[in-house]
Amino acid sequence: MNMQQAFRDPAAAKQLAAAIAAITTRPWNIMEVCGGQTHSIIKYGIDQLLPEGVNLIHGPGCPVCVTPLEYIDKALAIAALPGVILCSFGDMLRVPGSQEDLLGLKAQGADVRIVYSPTDALEIARKHPDQEVVFFGVGFETTAPTIGLAAYQAKQSRLKNFSLLVCHVRVPPVIEALLDSSDNRVQGFLGAGHVCTIMGCGEYVPLAGRYRVPIVITGFEPVDVLHGLYACIKQLEEGRFEVENAYRRVVREQGNPAAQQLLRQVFEVVDRNWRGLGMIRHGGLALNDDYRDFNAELRFSVDAIDTQEPVACRSGDVLKGLLKPSQCPEFGTRCTPEKPLGATMVSSEGACAAYYRYRRLQHG
Amino acid sequence: MADFELNCPLPLQYDRIVMAHGGGGRLMQQLLDTLVRPVFRNPVLDQNHDSAVVEINGTKLAFTTDSYVVKPLFFPGGDIGKLAVCGTLNDLAMSAAKPLYLTCSLIIEEGLPAADLQRILQSMQQTASEAGVLIVTGDTKTVDRGKGDGLYINTAGIGIVGEPVNVRPSAIRPGDSIIVNGDLARHGIAVMLEREGMNFEHRIESDCADLSGLVQELLQAGIEIHCLRDLTRGGLASALIELASAGRYEFELSESALPVREDVRAACDILGFDPLYIANEGCFALFVPELQTEAALAVLRRHPLGQQSCRIGQVKSACSQGRVTLQTLIGVNRILDLFSGEQLPRIC
Repeated sequence: MNMQQAFRDPAAAKQLAAAIAAITTRPWNIMEVCGGQTHSIIKYGIDQLLPEGVNLIHGPGCPVCVTPLEYIDKALAIAALPGVILCSFGDMLRVPGSQEDLLGLKAQGADVRIVYSPTDALEIARKHPDQEVVFFGVGFETTAPTIGLAAYQAKQSRLKNFSLLVCHVRVPPVIEALLDSSDNRVQGFLGAGHVCTIMGCGEYVPLAGRYRVPIVITGFEPVDVLHGLYACIKQLEEGRFEVENAYRRVVREQGNPAAQQLLRQVFEVVDRNWRGLGMIRHGGLALNDDYRDFNAELRFSVDAIDTQEPVACRSGDVLKGLLKPSQCPEFGTRCTPEKPLGATMVSSEGACAAYYRYRRLQHG
Repeated sequence: MADFELNCPLPLQYDRIVMAHGGGGRLMQQLLDTLVRPVFRNPVLDQNHDSAVVEINGTKLAFTTDSYVVKPLFFPGGDIGKLAVCGTLNDLAMSAAKPLYLTCSLIIEEGLPAADLQRILQSMQQTASEAGVLIVTGDTKTVDRGKGDGLYINTAGIGIVGEPVNVRPSAIRPGDSIIVNGDLARHGIAVMLEREGMNFEHRIESDCADLSGLVQELLQAGIEIHCLRDLTRGGLASALIELASAGRYEFELSESALPVREDVRAACDILGFDPLYIANEGCFALFVPELQTEAALAVLRRHPLGQQSCRIGQVKSACSQGRVTLQTLIGVNRILDLFSGEQLPRIC
């Protein structure tokens, strides 16, 4: 059995589920922060192995879902300009803007391309010196270093026809905002393993102490998620509230110092509007002044964009854990992956999309 | 949970065709159901099979066509020519037909190296000759540079269905075993890795192969085949969901029984793809009565293209909408649903 299979092992999963049942004496609301964890929980049915009363709240950790509409519209406006090649991650292309999505714009003739890495976009820029290549970069601290690297390399090689539309977000401020909100129900967190691979665990220590919540850094395979849940519930039952690393095979306490240094070199921390959640103080990363020449927002004047969020979409409540996707009146009727009202129905990591794919028709 | 309904089929919501309309998922079904089928509606088309079976003077003929667009033209384990022959042979084989003749239509982009075209045509001829079929007619068109990906190929095929075989989706019965002849998702991943220039420790090769010989062996051994479906675009999941929906049956699969090679699974994990929805070009799902499971597996495993054959699930009772459920590795049941269009690589 290889390592990956070991973390999908049915016997180990059942053993952990039994251990969780044995220590759980009352109901707990636990939020898994990352969309990758949500996806794994719903895909494998991990929530169905948990004792009654352990309620998993699906957090805001899906980068596609929280990218504000304003930025989708900016990307659409830039992609529609003549001579522009707009590149992004596959997930972003189906997110609806106010009027349409990037795939629809591509069908009308815009040059929109899926790349696997921002540095692929650099290559495209080198191959097409007479065109403007723009990379639309979104995501958490996990993907920020790769986008930072593209910016760094573009600057080093003085690439003139490359720029970045950056809408990066940071996890700790949004956890703080959730805990500060008056309708918060979350009692413990499964921290996002891949974010902490870059940033380490230190940022979460003040949060755990100040708000008296356990934060357990957790991985993504079924056994990882169950292990994280066990550690979190154990802390809750014992009245502890610590930052605990339950994903040691990947996450080091200090994270990845080289990546962190790159982030400091290229980005600055800014207040950021999160789709569905509103303005989060210090919740984003933007290119800093040294990299302003590569900022697509400055290169193409796309400031005055009138965005229109669909009124019926309740993704904000879903992202805050106030509503399960299937409790939304629009779920599966007016809102489907083919015609999504909000980004949570689009992304492979979005809670609504996960429920639609894996839970719709469950009892049909 | 599930106190909601899906109003399907939805109207086509894009006023232009997008790439996802060809992705083998729900958008493609919508395109076929709302635009294509209503125009051509007839009883033969309504068979809803990989090839149409028509009767002419008492002889049952299977007839099919398929177009091949693949980038790059050459990939590990094959090329567009081999693909264009195998794909159409396999569509015929899924009706239990013995393939006889193929056509070959080429749409060539200005600038394609003649040597590449020659290599592709030779590959077509070699594959056809190994299958014992002739390429008997065709057509050639050229398009301006930039208007095609080098080369598109269309092939049509015709074959004879022996008596008294009746292999078709409507022959699926509760209790049937569902068998696959090989490991899943190799073609789609091989092409994608080649296209994106991603290298793994071992080269992943497409499973592209002509399955008609393997099907003939099953027939000659007297296996009672209820249905065959090749698992091309949209992969295993999309093919089975379509069959389950059409027949209003529940298919139950076991995740631990699904054969996916370790390197293919690793590539899927990295890219954020589900291997059950990735294209195969040398794999079919076979439906046989439960009592014939072992006999069918024995025949399959004797053939080079069936050595990895295994039973992956069973047809359960009829249900109102038809669905495919998967018992996950950790023992929980969930449904398999069609993707909207193509799977898109995820962010992180």
